[in-house]
Amino acid sequence: MSIDIDTARRVAKLARISVPEQDLAALAEELTGILRFMEQLNEVNVEDVEPMVSVTPMRLKRRPDGVTDGGYPEKILANAPDAREGFFAVPKVVE
Amino acid sequence: MNLNELTIAQAREGLRRREFSAEELTMSCLAAIDAGQALNAFVHPTPEIALEQARAADARLAAGDAPSMCGIPVGIKDLFCTKGVAAQAASRILEGFRPEYESTVTQKLWDAGAVMLGKLNMDEFAMGSSNETSVYGPVVNPWRCDDRELTPGGSSGGSAAAVAAALCLAATGTDTGGSIRQPAAFTGIVGLKPTYGRVSRWGIVAFASSLDQAGPMTKTVRDAAIMLQAIAGPDPKDSTSAEIPVPDFEAALTGDVRGRTIGIPREYRMPGMPEEIERLWQQGAELFRSAGARIVDITLPHTKYALPTYYVVAPAEASSNLARYDGVRYGRRARLAQGDGITEMYEKTRAEGFGAEVKRRIMIGTYVLSAGFYDAYYNRARKVRALIKRDFEEAFAQGVDAILTPATPSAAFGLGEMASASPVEMYLNDVFTVTVNLAGLPGIAVPAGLDRQGLPLGLQLIGRPWDEAGLLNMAHCLETAVGFVSKPARWW
Repeated sequence: MSIDIDTARRVAKLARISVPEQDLAALAEELTGILRFMEQLNEVNVEDVEPMVSVTPMRLKRRPDGVTDGGYPEKILANAPDAREGFFAVPKVVE
Repeated sequence: MNLNELTIAQAREGLRRREFSAEELTMSCLAAIDAGQALNAFVHPTPEIALEQARAADARLAAGDAPSMCGIPVGIKDLFCTKGVAAQAASRILEGFRPEYESTVTQKLWDAGAVMLGKLNMDEFAMGSSNETSVYGPVVNPWRCDDRELTPGGSSGGSAAAVAAALCLAATGTDTGGSIRQPAAFTGIVGLKPTYGRVSRWGIVAFASSLDQAGPMTKTVRDAAIMLQAIAGPDPKDSTSAEIPVPDFEAALTGDVRGRTIGIPREYRMPGMPEEIERLWQQGAELFRSAGARIVDITLPHTKYALPTYYVVAPAEASSNLARYDGVRYGRRARLAQGDGITEMYEKTRAEGFGAEVKRRIMIGTYVLSAGFYDAYYNRARKVRALIKRDFEEAFAQGVDAILTPATPSAAFGLGEMASASPVEMYLNDVFTVTVNLAGLPGIAVPAGLDRQGLPLGLQLIGRPWDEAGLLNMAHCLETAVGFVSKPARWW
């Protein structure tokens, strides 16, 4: 499997990372190199093997679905690059 | 001997006997940090907090309430959230981030009376094996063999260098594919990755959630036992932390390994591995044999597939975990152009906030999880991961108590020397450590000797799940038998 420039552009878009058009060829080549390395996995017989879900056999704990925390919007917003009137502020999303 | 050069166990004795105060011990470390700036290990020193905590520790010591870590000055990897103190994961995208909360591991340390000296340099988001992906610039290894500056390894390179250079008595590290054990081996210290679930991950910046585990980086095995005791245990804030009782790790250090069985996996004999590493490994096995352990050859047939499995699973999880860095809730937002919408904000923020290796891994992860490739890459890797774990289970089922391997395929290399290498060549650094994360097992790197250039080399012991106590005891036996006492000659 090799990654072409269009695929590299699509992956960058999916990852929400802007990549200048002139850098896409190098990116495609790098990603291809890494994928080739991963393709060694095709040598392994994985028939009847269940994909690992949890590395240690454990049941996730359950707890009552109650509110136990909160009520401090100023702390939540303290690290925001832009916050106004108790909200996170972002560029306009709807016309 | 300066106070900063003490081990935790030695300092604990001195503090309890009131031979010196926690404040004096802390001052000694702060002076070492000031004098050690050329190492670039401490990136956010916190001397005011340290002195305040030291005075509080002295009050506890005076009152006779002194847990083992009381008054012990430690460094904290930049990956841990520390309330009111920068936690940047060595990334530009978290510039200015000051958490409003404290990670469970660090909270447990402060509750036990430990003293925070500051935050330690690392590879960006713990992705790297040489500390060269850090936004703060690389850490320099205190060990040297000529006029080159060497890497301390990564990603916990700042932690390793700080402990090796005695800037602190111990440090926290995290290990996703070898990030505690490889830097420990490169700097001649002890690094322990506990069983997955032994230590809470709450408040630690996530890289690959099914692999990440925090652990101690210390001068001795005993210190690793003491520090693990302080940070281990179930945590209601981390649903993957295990409800398993925490034994007394230090009490397990009897040094008696008679009747124990140590496995030597033939697949870890790598073509092109330096002969010195092979020799150290054999010596390690001999030392165990002399101490009364049984040495058996074992096979872990899927070992060669561990790295490619890791480089599917870890980037896949990272691409999901790092989606939260979007310039909205914390950290840095890119400057936007007139008319830029929210998508441009995300794309520009992430393009300038993440470094090259992090972007590469996010994109690889995005690709292997994307429609049409999920089965071919991600699901296949999860199946091979199950086989890798089964290899270990079969070895343990045959009565093996621990597995002895080299910690790294080489000694520390020069900063910049891998600049022209492909990403895959850099990934080979983790070849002996990454299997342990994939199988969720505990692993410890112990200094085992010097190579002919005079650089430290480490051996790794891999234990049964939840048997850190037995593992630490075997590591303690190895440490005692090897008698590694070398320290880096001070040049900084």
